[in-house]
Amino acid sequence: MSFRSATSSTPEPAAATIAASAIGLTKVYGSGASEVRALDGVTLDLHAGEFTAIMGPSGSGKSTLMHCLAALDTPTSGQVLVGGTDVGRLNDNDLTVLRRTRIGFVFQAFNLIPTLTAEENILLPLSLAGSTPDQQWFDTVIETIGLRSRLGHRPSEMSGGQQQRVACARALVSKPSIIFADEPTGNLDSVSGAEVLAFLRRSVDEFGQTIVMVTHDAVAASHCDRVVFLADGAVVDELSHPSREEILEHITVLQAEVTARAAQRHSADGVLDAGSGA
Amino acid sequence: MFKLILRNIGARKMRLAMSALAIVLGVAFLSGVLVFSNGLSKTFDGIIQGTTPDGVVRVEGADSFSAGGAGTSAATLPPSVIAKLNALPEVEIAEGNVDGYGMYVVDSDGDLLGGTGAPTLAFNRTDAPNMDGGKILALLDGRWGQGADEIVLDEGSAEKAGYRIGDTVKLLSPAGQVERSATLVGTAEFNQGGTAGATLIIFDTPGAQEVFLGGRDAFTTVGLTAADGVSQAALVAAAQTVLPDGFEAVTGDAVVKESQDSTAAFLDVIKTFLLVFALIAVIVGAFIIVNTFSILVAQRTRESALLRALGASRRQVTRSILAEAFVMAVLATTVGIALGWALARGLAAMFGSVGLDIEGTFLTLSTSTILTSYAVGVLVTLVAALMPARRAGKVSPIAAMRADDVPTKGSLRRRTVIGSAVLVIAATAAVAGLADVGGLPAAAWIGVGAFTSLLTVAVLSPVIGLPVLLVCRSIFGRLFGPSGRLAGENAMRDPRRTGATASALMIGLALVSTIAVMAGSMKASIDKVVDDEFAPDFIAQSVTFAPFSTTVGDQMTKVPGVQTVSRQQMLSVKIDDETDSELIGASDANFDDVSRLKAAAGSVDFGAGKAVVTQERADKEGWKVGDVLTFSFPAGKKITLPVGGIITESVVAFEVNVPIEVVAEAGIQRQDNFLSITLTDGADPGTVQTALDAVTKPIPLVEVNDKEGFAESVRGQVNQLLYMIYGLLALAIIIAVIGIVNTLGLSVLERTREIGLLRAIGMNRRQLRRTITLESVAIAVLGAVLGMALGLIYGVLLQRVLEEDLRVLFIPFGQLAVFGVIAVVVGVLAAVIPAARASRLNVLDAISTE
Repeated sequence: MSFRSATSSTPEPAAATIAASAIGLTKVYGSGASEVRALDGVTLDLHAGEFTAIMGPSGSGKSTLMHCLAALDTPTSGQVLVGGTDVGRLNDNDLTVLRRTRIGFVFQAFNLIPTLTAEENILLPLSLAGSTPDQQWFDTVIETIGLRSRLGHRPSEMSGGQQQRVACARALVSKPSIIFADEPTGNLDSVSGAEVLAFLRRSVDEFGQTIVMVTHDAVAASHCDRVVFLADGAVVDELSHPSREEILEHITVLQAEVTARAAQRHSADGVLDAGSGA
Repeated sequence: MFKLILRNIGARKMRLAMSALAIVLGVAFLSGVLVFSNGLSKTFDGIIQGTTPDGVVRVEGADSFSAGGAGTSAATLPPSVIAKLNALPEVEIAEGNVDGYGMYVVDSDGDLLGGTGAPTLAFNRTDAPNMDGGKILALLDGRWGQGADEIVLDEGSAEKAGYRIGDTVKLLSPAGQVERSATLVGTAEFNQGGTAGATLIIFDTPGAQEVFLGGRDAFTTVGLTAADGVSQAALVAAAQTVLPDGFEAVTGDAVVKESQDSTAAFLDVIKTFLLVFALIAVIVGAFIIVNTFSILVAQRTRESALLRALGASRRQVTRSILAEAFVMAVLATTVGIALGWALARGLAAMFGSVGLDIEGTFLTLSTSTILTSYAVGVLVTLVAALMPARRAGKVSPIAAMRADDVPTKGSLRRRTVIGSAVLVIAATAAVAGLADVGGLPAAAWIGVGAFTSLLTVAVLSPVIGLPVLLVCRSIFGRLFGPSGRLAGENAMRDPRRTGATASALMIGLALVSTIAVMAGSMKASIDKVVDDEFAPDFIAQSVTFAPFSTTVGDQMTKVPGVQTVSRQQMLSVKIDDETDSELIGASDANFDDVSRLKAAAGSVDFGAGKAVVTQERADKEGWKVGDVLTFSFPAGKKITLPVGGIITESVVAFEVNVPIEVVAEAGIQRQDNFLSITLTDGADPGTVQTALDAVTKPIPLVEVNDKEGFAESVRGQVNQLLYMIYGLLALAIIIAVIGIVNTLGLSVLERTREIGLLRAIGMNRRQLRRTITLESVAIAVLGAVLGMALGLIYGVLLQRVLEEDLRVLFIPFGQLAVFGVIAVVVGVLAAVIPAARASRLNVLDAISTE
């Protein structure tokens, strides 16, 4: 796997390229009795040009996994490669450059700087890097999100859906190797959420963008090429081009297993209120 | 509710600590000034009380403590009078004193000791007790001297001058033999401790008589101690019966009162000056408190709303904030008072370095100081917190349910309307001053206008400051790219907050700029006056304005190249039936040749035995050429002179001038205060100055200056004043810096998520620090621009009003530019901590902050 990662920086057919990968990723919070293993040896390749969803019950470690992959968090052990670069070896400045040039972000909420207009927000990563935007690409992105008329507006003058679309445009405009989206539709109504998801889908289909999305929404995940399931800090399953129903079914099973395991642990620990563990 | 208040304070320790710091410093400054002022008064009162006996016999009309020695009477009392006084049953002891004026100690490096600061007092030691029955002097080391060649100095002066017991001390006498030397045989101080910076030169009686009275066995004053059960009044009444004409006996209480009155005038200037700065510090502090509480309240909108939703009344919410302010104020004031006590010591050290020593034991916290400090600290804090607290009460319960907490921001319209109206009032006051409508002195009208507009502009700064911030934004954006642009935007984000923060700096800079304009104008005016009226080639005068021996002038006359030496002596007299003495000039016949006095009526001729007065004075008094004036000198001597000429205003002449012969006629010792020197045609000024300097070399007291040097020395005095004011204003600026640090710190806290987002999408630490630094600079620049603009306006207005003294307007653009640079530096420094804090934030933590 490391061999494949090392060579992935040279251009290869999109489907075969690894955009980012996690190797034996472990993240432990706290120590001793209060130790929590958020990630427990996760190994995962994320393919370029694919729309991947990471799903799992609450506490499964999906957000932690994404934060580690996006170099926002440092793993306790293991390795993260983004576009062939070992993230663990980078200092703060290198990480900043990495985030500027190779990674795009879309968060659940609060994606935009309130003092800047939509256009300024979109161009911010580029202007922070001191590079000039590719005008043609910028126009393409703006056309795709369909917000040309709102470019001069501040975030407070836009709806939540519009704000999320601006955030997506910002992530796209610097042509990153990979975009991480953390519950991008979590705060939106279903219509706005669908718009945002459609836009992300188009970015993958039309521009060959790589997107990784953390979500607990089966509808959102059904837009993806691949769905990775996490439970108790480990990858437990994955589906390719699943339907909403398949996903829901998987989640239900997963949830039951997790609950059962938790109940077992509680009784083993002699905890009386085992029922409340779920 | 009270528990909640305490919890809130606990939870926001850092934020409250920062804002408390503003109170701490304000109160520290106030209590420090109060402690210092009290110490100052006590030091002087102690010395006055401790050096005054039950009764004093002195030359009639002489004021005590007029150590300047202007027109010291040469009249003395023979020992026979002392004997008669001692024979009186009401008198326990009568001791003759010999007080010498104008003597100075030259330190071991050859420089004058003291000089412009506290006076040098030379006198004979007696055993007479003070009015409390205690000793006047305490010998600290060595022994008392014998004869004219042995002296005792006060301990502080001996140390400052670098003399030890056994050393030969160089002295300068005001008359006769100018240079003397004596062996230091001991050190002493006033029995109450310290000397308040005064230098004491103590002889024994024969020594003092030899030095000051040419060896005559006589005395200048007598100290009286009453016999048991005799009141001061009875003592004085009895003493008066045996005194010769021209002498009076005065009760000790009256002397103390006189001395206190004359020192009070001088002490009040210092105290008022310091109090004004303390007031500024407190006002600046108040702005910071308003700001901090506004931010805290805004950040707590949801919490306040929750309280309201749970059933708290508006008043309860408001009160809980006020109670929080109260607890904070009490804590901060307590710390401030303690700090103030330390600050008073610092002030004492500062004044000590310019020759005004305060006895450390007098620097204590009095009950009134403590009460005043608490009252001011708590009251100011509560008043400052009132507005934000009321705003918190107005939060609607529904705000608790709102997802994003957008603090409700009222429109600035009301503020603008009321502020503009008050500005009009301020402008009216200024115009009233310009037109000199009366009621108040013109400068006071301007002051009222300045104070009012300063506060109004502070309130209006969110509106008025907008153009400045817009300019900052565009410049920063151009120079620093996205971080500059963001900084500019952030500064404009909450105009109230930016405005209030900037106001603290504005107040300091407005004052500094006003003073800079005044001082610049003062210096320019001095240059102009000197240029217009400095007629002689050189002027010799004492740096202390004290008189010096006539031998200096005698020697200068003999310097090759010198044509004329004209002498002037200052005299203290009462004219006609005035009750207060005033200083007049006695000039020799050469004076009308070396000066450029212009006669408006009559003629200027000091050889003609007539008085010369200025036009202004003549108009005021209704004097005309030929009118006869009566001059009453100390010791009861009266001299009448006709007015011979009326002159136009001049800096080299006094309002009233008499021929120098009057001095001797009045029984006053001849000394010189000013020498005007002209050169013969073709004499080289450089060579002559070298020769004149050689004459004054042994007497560091006297300086010879040409026109430029004279102007320079006067400018130097203005500068000295200026530096002191700048030093104190630095304190106001420090408080302002704390305000900026505070605001930025709170803003960073508020924008944690935004900072996380910026970092996540590619802002590096340096760019983030730069963003915060530039925001800080924008705030500082706003304060500086508003402050300097106001300072300029009021500086110019004051110059217009005071045109009589400040003839030339000078705007010190260079200095103002420096202030601008200082403001930028202040901004950069204030941002250091908040920027470091922001850049250390963990990206993930920041972005997931609620």
